[in-house]
Amino acid sequence: MTSATKYWRIALGIAVIAALIIVPMNFNRYGLYILSQWAVMTIAAMGLNLTLGYAGQVSLAQGAFVGIGAYAAAIMTTQGMPLIAALGVAVVLCFAIGWILGYPALRVQHHYLAFVTLAFSTLAFLVFRNEDWLTKGIYGISNIPRPNVLGFATNRPLPFYYFCLGSLAIVSLAMWWLIRSPWGRAFVALRENPVRALSLGIDTRRYTLMAFAIGSALGGVAGTLYAPLTQYIDPVPFNLSLSLDLLMMVIVGGSGFFFGPFLGAAIAVLLPEWLRFTQGYYLMLYAVAVMLLLIYSPTGILGILDRYLAERRTKAASALRAVAKSRLETAP
Amino acid sequence: MSNLLDLLVAGLATGTIYALVAVGFTLLWQTSQTINFAQGEFVMLPAFLMLAAMHAGAPFWLAIILGILLSMLLLGLGFKLLLVDPMLRHGVLPLAIATMALAIGMKEAVKQFFSAEASPFPSIVPAGDLSLLGRVISLQSLGVLALAIAVVIGLTLLLNRTSIGHQMQATAQNPTVARIIGVPVERMILLTFLINAFLVALASLLITPIYLAKFSSGEVLGQAAFIAAIVGGFNQVRGAIAGGLLIGVVDNLAAAYVSTQYRAAVPLALLIVIILFRPQGLLGRPEERTV
Repeated sequence: MTSATKYWRIALGIAVIAALIIVPMNFNRYGLYILSQWAVMTIAAMGLNLTLGYAGQVSLAQGAFVGIGAYAAAIMTTQGMPLIAALGVAVVLCFAIGWILGYPALRVQHHYLAFVTLAFSTLAFLVFRNEDWLTKGIYGISNIPRPNVLGFATNRPLPFYYFCLGSLAIVSLAMWWLIRSPWGRAFVALRENPVRALSLGIDTRRYTLMAFAIGSALGGVAGTLYAPLTQYIDPVPFNLSLSLDLLMMVIVGGSGFFFGPFLGAAIAVLLPEWLRFTQGYYLMLYAVAVMLLLIYSPTGILGILDRYLAERRTKAASALRAVAKSRLETAP
Repeated sequence: MSNLLDLLVAGLATGTIYALVAVGFTLLWQTSQTINFAQGEFVMLPAFLMLAAMHAGAPFWLAIILGILLSMLLLGLGFKLLLVDPMLRHGVLPLAIATMALAIGMKEAVKQFFSAEASPFPSIVPAGDLSLLGRVISLQSLGVLALAIAVVIGLTLLLNRTSIGHQMQATAQNPTVARIIGVPVERMILLTFLINAFLVALASLLITPIYLAKFSSGEVLGQAAFIAAIVGGFNQVRGAIAGGLLIGVVDNLAAAYVSTQYRAAVPLALLIVIILFRPQGLLGRPEERTV
């Protein structure tokens, strides 16, 4: 990467962050709710992107981890405990369950793994619905309080949106560091070729479990934000379709790309809202859009960009080669 | 004990329907590596096609024929040409995601263009009861059981006794070798898509009178069929049949003896146990791992 493009990238990043902070200031309540939801879903999708995009393990259980986090937050904060405690519980719980759920991944791959995780997803939904003593069953938990952050109340939509955005920023930085660390490289090695990774001395067992556990824990983080965002939860949002939606977000955005989940979540959360003017047709159009995108570019939106950049780089390289060749030929 | 007999018959009746759906699922996987997450919606749609034909004034028998033909056109040919063919070279996962999107699209289309309410659907088996061994068994269960068994036997005969069936199996096992020995692989793959569409239309015809026609009715059914296919063996038609029957029976027994709340969990628990100890399924062949 040349230094010019690097500066352009940094400028673009700062512009996007500034826009995310400034533009929503005059949004209405609903607009802020949707944007906050985008931030929350991006965190959950980033977790799945680690499991799927970097470590190559298909999981259909991410929605269940969002549910676990959300219930942990709802149950604990309505009992008067602070959200940060709920966050701790959710992260530890999801990490542990994710670790255990990773064990089947050591034995089975691809579609089998998809179904083990699918089964877990359905089991979690049944627990949310049936264990009334803990989750209040189908009646759900209402009046979930929003937290105070550093002495600021986040009851109003705008401060809570900033809270979600800040959480997203922290998670993004942590993830940025993680995938550039030796761990991240080990995950990629695992995805590209498990046998070769093993022969390079990577403990594939441990890293597979770790990818599942960290990815799941991020699902739990998203859940602890989701509960105070909606302030009411019941089992329905955490059924299998949330897991499928999250998987779709990762693939549509571009799995294995750092910014894939940001784009994927934006499409899954915002596109249906933009299409709302089409009334009942919006989910249909959304489905068609997703299918067309995947037919055109199975690596998602960032896949298109990636291909375009690669093409330009190849062209630039051949142009350089052509120049060099002509100089060689004209050289005495 | 006699209660058990009722449960078994009802379980086998739903189980044979699961088997029909699971067999189609298995066939698609074998011949074209397609995991169709919209398989449940594929069962939902034909009932609505038939209802639409009846609303337009067609008698029931004509509606059934139209429904099956349209289903083969849309869910067989259309599905293959418009979605699977362009995506197949991209690998399993993007295609699986695309079928999820297809499932959303189909649900929403039915909700939008037909009705969000559940509609009653006429049964092809007359209502009534039959005395058998001193027990009263509903004709509906028996009729569904008999029809589904007939289809499953027919399909097994087609696959194992006819030359087309052998060519299909060859395609499923190894397309490259099949092509070398002169099997028209492309035509066989298309045939499996048409057979899948036919099977889901039949399953739709059999199950909709029991559970009503509703845009969301595919979700549970699709999941049951997936579980059946995996439990029985992802790469074996007879495995899918056995898995379907097993899941149907286990589901009914669990509802009666375990708890109605967690009935959906019992087949899933079965699934997990089987995947962990026999990943290839009860009757499946292990798939070679490629490096």
